Amino acid sequence: MTSVDTERTITVTVNGVPREATVPVRRLLSDALRHDLGLTGTHVGCEHGVCGACTVLVDGDPVRSCLMLAVQVAGRTVTTVEGLARDDHQGGQVLHPVQEAFRECHALQCGFCTPGFLMTIAAGLEKRDPAAELTEEEVDDMVGGNLCRCTGYANIKKAVHTAAATMKDAR
Amino acid sequence: MTTKLFGEPVRRREDARLIVGRGRYLDDIGHTALAAAFVRSPHAHARITGIDVDGALDVEGLVAIYTYEDLTGPMAEPLPVLIPHPQLTEPRTGYPLAREVVRHVGEPVVMVVATDRYVAEDAAERIVVTYDELPVVVGVDAAYEARAAVHDDVPDNVAARHHQETGDVEPALAASPRTLSFTQYIERSASMPMEGRGVHARWDADDRSLRVYSSTQASTSVRAAIAAKLDLSLDTVEVIAPDVGGGFGVKIVHPWPEELLVPMAAIALGQEVKWAEDRREHFISSAHERQQRQDVTVGFDDEGRVTALDVHVLHDNGAYTPYGIIVPIITATQLVGPYVIPVYRVRVDSVYTNTVIVTPYRGAGRPQACYAMERTMDRIADELGLDRAVVRERNLIQPDQFPYDHHLTFQDGRPVIYDSGDYPGLLDKLRTLADWSSADVLRDEAAARGKLLGIGMAMYVEGTGPGPYEGGHVQVLGSGKVLVSTGLTSQGQGHETAFAQIVASELGVPIEDVEVTTGDTRRFAYAVGTFASRAAVMSGNAIALAARGVREKALRIAADVLEADPGDLEIDEGLVQVRGTPGASIPLRTVAVLSNPLRYAFDEAAKQATQFTTHDDSKPPVAEGDAPGLEHRDYYSPIRSTFASGAHAAVVEIDPETWEIDVVRYAVVHDCGNVVNPMIVEGQVHGGVAQGVAGALYERMAYDADGQLQNASYMDFLMPYASEVPDVDIDHQQTPSPLNPLGIKGAGEAGVIPGTAAIASAIEDAVGRRITSMPISPTELYDLMRSEDSETTATAARRAGTGVMA
Repeated sequence: MTSVDTERTITVTVNGVPREATVPVRRLLSDALRHDLGLTGTHVGCEHGVCGACTVLVDGDPVRSCLMLAVQVAGRTVTTVEGLARDDHQGGQVLHPVQEAFRECHALQCGFCTPGFLMTIAAGLEKRDPAAELTEEEVDDMVGGNLCRCTGYANIKKAVHTAAATMKDAR
Repeated sequence: MTTKLFGEPVRRREDARLIVGRGRYLDDIGHTALAAAFVRSPHAHARITGIDVDGALDVEGLVAIYTYEDLTGPMAEPLPVLIPHPQLTEPRTGYPLAREVVRHVGEPVVMVVATDRYVAEDAAERIVVTYDELPVVVGVDAAYEARAAVHDDVPDNVAARHHQETGDVEPALAASPRTLSFTQYIERSASMPMEGRGVHARWDADDRSLRVYSSTQASTSVRAAIAAKLDLSLDTVEVIAPDVGGGFGVKIVHPWPEELLVPMAAIALGQEVKWAEDRREHFISSAHERQQRQDVTVGFDDEGRVTALDVHVLHDNGAYTPYGIIVPIITATQLVGPYVIPVYRVRVDSVYTNTVIVTPYRGAGRPQACYAMERTMDRIADELGLDRAVVRERNLIQPDQFPYDHHLTFQDGRPVIYDSGDYPGLLDKLRTLADWSSADVLRDEAAARGKLLGIGMAMYVEGTGPGPYEGGHVQVLGSGKVLVSTGLTSQGQGHETAFAQIVASELGVPIEDVEVTTGDTRRFAYAVGTFASRAAVMSGNAIALAARGVREKALRIAADVLEADPGDLEIDEGLVQVRGTPGASIPLRTVAVLSNPLRYAFDEAAKQATQFTTHDDSKPPVAEGDAPGLEHRDYYSPIRSTFASGAHAAVVEIDPETWEIDVVRYAVVHDCGNVVNPMIVEGQVHGGVAQGVAGALYERMAYDADGQLQNASYMDFLMPYASEVPDVDIDHQQTPSPLNPLGIKGAGEAGVIPGTAAIASAIEDAVGRRITSMPISPTELYDLMRSEDSETTATAARRAGTGVMA
C-alpha cells in the first residue's frame, strides 16, 4: 500500500550509520527506531512525552522520540542508547562514562527507563565544561524530567556525579 | 577462600546488557508479529446491546476481529478465581472478552488483530459497541450502602467477610482503663511499572507447540492457565518471562485476558501475534490497590499499653476478585505489627465497585495495616501526652519472646508466628538516625523561618517468603560453566546477581562462570512466582540446596579420582583439591566430564570419560542410585513465612501559605535477616521509600462518581520525579531467620510499607490537626486547616498552652 500520501522514504544517520527507511508519515520516531530499524534499546513508557524513557539525541539534543514523527528526522543525525558507547576499533566497545557510572552506582533495576536517563544525562554532561564543579542543581536538571519506578533516583543522582568525575579526570 | 561472595555488594551482572540497549523486553520480541489492539468499555457499568464491526472490515491490513461470541470451550467460561478462600463466598471474575455486561471502564470487549498496531487501532476505532448504562458504584462507602449492585446476584456488594480474633474483644475493651475510636481512609494507587503488560505468542503448526512470552511475574502458572484455557497439553506450551520492565505486583495476576487471547489468535491464525499494553490501557485495565476505610477501637492503660484492639476494614476489591482476598487478609494479619496485642479482633468486608480490580501492589495490604496500627499508636500518645516513640516502645514484642505467636492465620494459610527480630533495637536505631529527640529544636528553627515542621514515625513487621515452594537447578558443564535456573521471575531485583553469588559461595566457583536463568518454563517448570518479597528466601534457599547437592556429588567423584576422603576435599575457584595438599587437585569442569560416562568423544574433554579410558570394572558405569551429569535439583518449602521488620521516620516542613508539604528528612532502619547483596537491598529500600512517599503525598486513582478515571495518564497521575523523592538515611540490623538455611528474610516490599503512616504522623505533628485521610495534597491540607470540622490534636493544644508552638 505504498503511497506518496501516506509513506515517505527517509535517510537518517543513526549512531553514525546512514540508514534508509520507508515509513508511514504517521509513524512515531520511537516506533521507527524500534520496529523499522530494529533498535529496541529505545523504550516506550507512556507515549505522551512525560516519562522520558524514549529519549534519544537528535543532532545532539535530547528529544522524546514518542513525540516526534520519523519523517521529521530525515537528513538529521540520531543517537540511541546503542550508539552511546564508542567503538574501540578492536572489536569491542568503550562505554560512555555515564554507562559505567550507572553500573557502578546501581542506578538501574529493571532497566526499562535506563536508556532515556542515559541519553539525557550523557547530553547534559557532554554540553558542560567538564572541569567545572558539578552542582546539585545541574544534577537535578539532568535527572528531573525522567520517570523511574524502581530506584527512587538516589543512585541515579550518584551516577551523574560519578560520571562527571570520570569526565573531569579524563579531560 | 576467594569465592565467598554471599553478603558482598557485587555489581549487577544484568546491567551489562541493559546499559547498552541489549535488554530484551516484551515489545522487543517479534518484529514481524501481527499486532492486537482492544476495544475496551468506556462505561463503568453497562449492558452491551450490540457490537457492529462493519466499519472496520475495509481497513486494509485487518486480519481478525474477536468478540465473546468467538470464544469456545473453557475460553467462554469466566476467568479463574486464582486464590479461593472459604470466606470469599461470592467470588466473581470477568470473561476474557466481556459477555453481556461490563463492570469497569477499560474492560476488554473486542480484540482486533492486524498487520501492525497502528492498523489494529484504526480498525478498533471503527467498531461500534452500543451500551445501556447501568447504575455505577464507586468507593467503599457507596459499595457498602449498596444502593446499586456491581453484580446482580450480589445485592449487598460484599464479596467476602473475613474475620479473625484472638480473644473476646468486647469484654476486653469494656475492661480497658481507656478506649478511643476513630475512622480513617486510604486511597488507591497502582504498581505502575515503566513497562506495561505484554504478550507475544508463536504457534508452531508442524510441531503443534506454543511458545508464549509474557511480561509476567508468574510464568509457570501462566503456562498452566494457557494450557487449561486453550485445551492444550501442558508439554506443548512454554512460557518465558523475558526482561521485565518492573512489576511491583500487577504482573502477578494471571491469566490476564490478553495472556489467553493473544495465544488463541496465534493458534487460530497460524501467525505470531503480539500485544503490548499502552499507558492508558495500563491505567484502566491493569490492577490497582490500597483503598480502604478503617474503623478502629483500641483499649489501653494509662501507660499507653494496648489492652485490646478491634478493627473493621472496608476493602475495595474493584469489579472482580480473581486474586481472592489476599490483600485484605494481609491487612488483617499484618496490622498487629511489632506489638503485643493481648486481644485482637479484625473484621474485613471486601466489597465490589465498578472500578479496576484490586490485587497486590508492592506492600500488598501492609501499608494499610501499618497505617491503621501506627496511627493508633499516635492517637494513644496524643491522648496520654506521651512521646510517640515511648508508647511504641512500651508495646513492642521483646527479643526474648521469639518465636512469637499472634494466633492469626496468614495469607498462606499458615500461622502468624514471628521467627525472629529485635524491635526495641530497631526503635533505638531509628531514634538515633532520625535525631528524634531534637524535633522540638527543629520545629522552633522552622517556625522562625515561617514554616511548620513535624516529625513522625512508623514501625512494621512484614511476613515475607511465603510458600508453598520454589526450586533450583544447578548444573556444571564440561566447559566449567555453571548453569543455574529457578522458575520464579525477575523484574529488576537483580536475581541473576544475587543467585549467582549464592552459587559461587556454596560451590566455590568464580561468579563469572555462573549463569542464572529465571522465569523460563523450558528451564524450570515447577514454580510459584515472584511476590511477597519471596524470591531471595524461596529461590535463594532452593538454589543453595541445589548447589550443595552438586558440591556433594563433585566431592564424591573427585575423591574417587584423587583417592582421597571426600571430607578432606574443598572446592575453591573451580578447583577440587585435597585440603593442605597443593598439587592433589582436579578442576570441577573435569569432574563434570567424568560424571557423565560416555561412549562417544565429541570433543577433547569428553575423551576422559569414554569407555576405554575409565577403568573401575567392579561397578556399573552409572552406579545404582546415581545419575549421569554433575547437576542437582532441589526445592525449598518453608513451614511458614519469615518476618522482616523495620522502622521509618519522616520530617516534613509545610509552608503555611501554600500548604506545600516537603519531606525534608527520611530515615529507615530495616532488618531483613542475612543479606545476600547489600547494594541490591539498599536499592530496594530506596525504590520502596519513593513509592511510599508517592502514596502518601501524590498518587491516587481519581475516579469520579460515574466510574471514569480522571487521571489516567502520566500527566495527571502524579508519579514522583526525582524532585519529589527525599534523600533517605538508612541503618541496618540483621536478625537471621532460623527458618531457612541462609537465614534470610525478604526485602522487596519493605520500603513502601510505613510511608503513609509516618508521613501522616509527621503532617499531623506539624499542623496540629488530625489527619484521617491519605494521601493528602496541599489543597486538601488547606481545606482541612480551614474546616471547622477538623479536629485539633491534644498535643497541639498542649503546645499552644505551653507556648511551644503559636
